[in-house]
Amino acid sequence: MGIETDFEIPVVTTQLEKVVQWARRSAIWPVTFGLACCAIEMMAMSCSRYDIARFGAEVFRGSPRQSDLMIIAGRLSRKMAPALRRIYDQMPEPKWVISMGACASCGGVFDNYAIVQGSDQVVPIDVYIPGCPPRPESVIYGIVQLQKKIAAQKM
Amino acid sequence: MTATDLIAQLQPLVPEATLSPLTAADDDINPTVGVSAEHIEPVCRALCDTPGLEFVAFSDITVADFYPLREPRFDVVYHLVSPQRRARIRLKLQLAGGQPLRSVTSVWPGAGWPEREVFDLFGIVFDGHEDLRRLMMPEDWEGHPLRKDYPVQVRKDAATFMPLQVTEEEFRASVERDRASRPAPEGKR
Repeated sequence: MGIETDFEIPVVTTQLEKVVQWARRSAIWPVTFGLACCAIEMMAMSCSRYDIARFGAEVFRGSPRQSDLMIIAGRLSRKMAPALRRIYDQMPEPKWVISMGACASCGGVFDNYAIVQGSDQVVPIDVYIPGCPPRPESVIYGIVQLQKKIAAQKM
Repeated sequence: MTATDLIAQLQPLVPEATLSPLTAADDDINPTVGVSAEHIEPVCRALCDTPGLEFVAFSDITVADFYPLREPRFDVVYHLVSPQRRARIRLKLQLAGGQPLRSVTSVWPGAGWPEREVFDLFGIVFDGHEDLRRLMMPEDWEGHPLRKDYPVQVRKDAATFMPLQVTEEEFRASVERDRASRPAPEGKR
């Protein structure tokens, strides 16, 4: 009888890999790091109208050591590049990077000496979001794409 | 005060300088005076120290590059303010490519960083400047980007690492020195 009651405890069996993927993709905390006008759209995305909390990514951390995701929101100047790299290096593994907007992805309209022509020269990028600036929906779509990518990552 | 009035007042103070009135769109509030390049420091000294002129505030220095249309190629422009008299003045001088210019940091110490900016972006060397380093661009950058003959769309790898500018010991020593220089907070011994 007692043994049977023990079996009544609700138990779900699954693979450890799936649990880890689920945990990682359901709480992607971005680092508070805006470079230019794209950061305004990023802020709009995190506020109640677009509400990125629906995807578990609303907690913008003030420290790179508590973050999983870096959104490069805006044009990356050559002088900022070492600072961006240092913040990226301070983030704990596993970490992901979204390149938000035309400027971060390829230099955009700033085809000149001061701007890095594509932030993939500095850090590895997981998702590129086009737009100038991308609308908050686009950024949310980018985060959903990143979630799909994380769900497919093997441990 | 028009540019001609200013020159009448200024010329006896610096007789060696060549001063000329120039026209600009905002002549009524901001008279423009052309100055000979080699006399910029005595002219600024006179503008700052003379009672009745008292341009004690250095507002800005900027440069226009007229390459390849004109030689000498640069127009160096100084903006000065007299808060006491509520007056402004603009000084202009022409400068050739490799020609050095006398720094005005001895007159206004606050001119140091604007002069560094001009050095960084236009490559104009200021004689008598104590710390003429780049201000905007990375310190190891080659060339001066706001010159008209600079290749603006230069292709160059992005630097991903910049060494700390002070060692850990220097940083600690600086913090300790700063702490020692402050009075102890109330209630803490």
